[in-house]
Amino acid sequence: MLKLEHLAWTLPTGEEIIKDIDLTIPDNKLVVITGPNGGGKTTTAKMIAGIVTPDSGRIILDGEDITDCDITERARKGIAFAFQQPVRFKGLTVRDMLEMASGKNLAEESACGYLSNVGLCASEYIDREMDTSLSGGEIKRIEIATALARNAKLSIFDEPEAGIDLWSFARLVETFEDLKKNHNGTLLIISHQERILSIADEIVVVADGNILQHGPREEVLPTLLAGTMMPCCPLGGKGGMFNE
Amino acid sequence: MNKTTEELLRLISDFDGELTGAYNIRVDGECDSRQSTEHVRIESKIMEPGIDIFISAEAQGETVFIPACVSHGGVNDLVYNDFHIEAGADVIIVAGCGVHNDGHEDAQHNGIHRFFVGKNAHVLYKEKHIGTGDGNGERKINPVTDCYLEDGAVLEMDTIQLSGVDTTDRKTSATLGSNAKFIVRERLTTDGDETADTDFVVTLNGENSGVDLVSRSVARGNSHQFYKSTIIGNNRCTGHSECDAILSEQGTVIALPALEANHIDAELVHEAAIGKIAGEQILKLRTLGLTEEEAEERIIAGFLK
Repeated sequence: MLKLEHLAWTLPTGEEIIKDIDLTIPDNKLVVITGPNGGGKTTTAKMIAGIVTPDSGRIILDGEDITDCDITERARKGIAFAFQQPVRFKGLTVRDMLEMASGKNLAEESACGYLSNVGLCASEYIDREMDTSLSGGEIKRIEIATALARNAKLSIFDEPEAGIDLWSFARLVETFEDLKKNHNGTLLIISHQERILSIADEIVVVADGNILQHGPREEVLPTLLAGTMMPCCPLGGKGGMFNE
Repeated sequence: MNKTTEELLRLISDFDGELTGAYNIRVDGECDSRQSTEHVRIESKIMEPGIDIFISAEAQGETVFIPACVSHGGVNDLVYNDFHIEAGADVIIVAGCGVHNDGHEDAQHNGIHRFFVGKNAHVLYKEKHIGTGDGNGERKINPVTDCYLEDGAVLEMDTIQLSGVDTTDRKTSATLGSNAKFIVRERLTTDGDETADTDFVVTLNGENSGVDLVSRSVARGNSHQFYKSTIIGNNRCTGHSECDAILSEQGTVIALPALEANHIDAELVHEAAIGKIAGEQILKLRTLGLTEEEAEERIIAGFLK
């Protein structure tokens, strides 16, 4: 179980990005964090992974206070993170990344399992360099496959839908559903996509550095779709966030 | 051959106690051992130190080993090796140099290699350079590689400086005929107060000739690298030069690429990027469970692979 206790974080300029995030994420659930741009979703996720250090508050993973643990320690304690904007590497191959993520040498068939989850063929990609020869969509899908290869206790995906095609996205949603069914750890996904929200066990709405709403999908999603949640409705304006 | 030389040979040419096929091993300025084969004839030069290597057209897939070692200080070795590769031959040439120095005097190897590559021949030329030993005397390696490619010839050059070379002055030139291709992959590491100068000059004289030159380097400590490349297009041709360098600690790099197009259909491109390892790269690998130091090592190892 992951507990975020009154997290706060302010930019050096004085702008409060995270004001008070207090949240409990149960084991083996698929939890989606959604909300308007700039509301603090990614920063919250980065605080969980240790990439951003909160000014105050505590992060508890399975009863252990990990607030002072660095990124490496948190990764080793079972937190995986897929970045919204993946980084490229000259010289490192897709195989290198998957092997580092899984912590073992991978045969092509094993790599195939991870890559097919994101709609990529292992034989075509396994020895490709993680450089500019890969398109934005390809590198994004490999980023997600790398997080999946960690087989972590808690896997965080920051806007996995961003930059990938509809077919790959559909395959990814199926993968998330499979992981959820098989109770393969907790999935924490930052997303604006209705298809991802619709498979969530729980939805957390983060806006202006606070949690606006948190509850089962059946409770939260209808209010999001109706656009009745926030006074100025930054989630989509009149008619709800998905009715454009 | 002493243990130091054996170890140097292992590092630069994967030597495991025995070489097969054609080879010439040079140690401290002298020929240590030599073997010719049916298709590869190795002969000593008469007027200057060095050898001529004659590779016949019948040589297909053969490997020729021409390593050189300096095992102690006070040696300043100069050697001229000429490779005469007949039309249609297909060979791998493993050269490379190791310099060991536990003393106070400098240890130096200057290898001047010339490649005369016949029509439609294919050569993969592999060389590794390394310096070992903890003496105060410097370890110096100064390779000169001059290549002459006839029509349709292909020369792939895979050149690596591993570590421990205090100073190196690396000069490579190539002149290409029609449809000839010159492919270079250089990887270079410097540390401490080491310096490395690299200078490529490629002249594309033949129609549809091409060069693909990629240099990747890492400058650590207080080391300094100077990279210069010149591609001259005198015909319809393609030229690509790429210089990427990673800086670490106080390392510095100067890159001076030059393109000279003397024909309307010469297509020449240069790319260069110098900088430290991106923080995002370290961050990503740390989210996979690597420490900062492990992440840096993996990024550099991949970069130089």
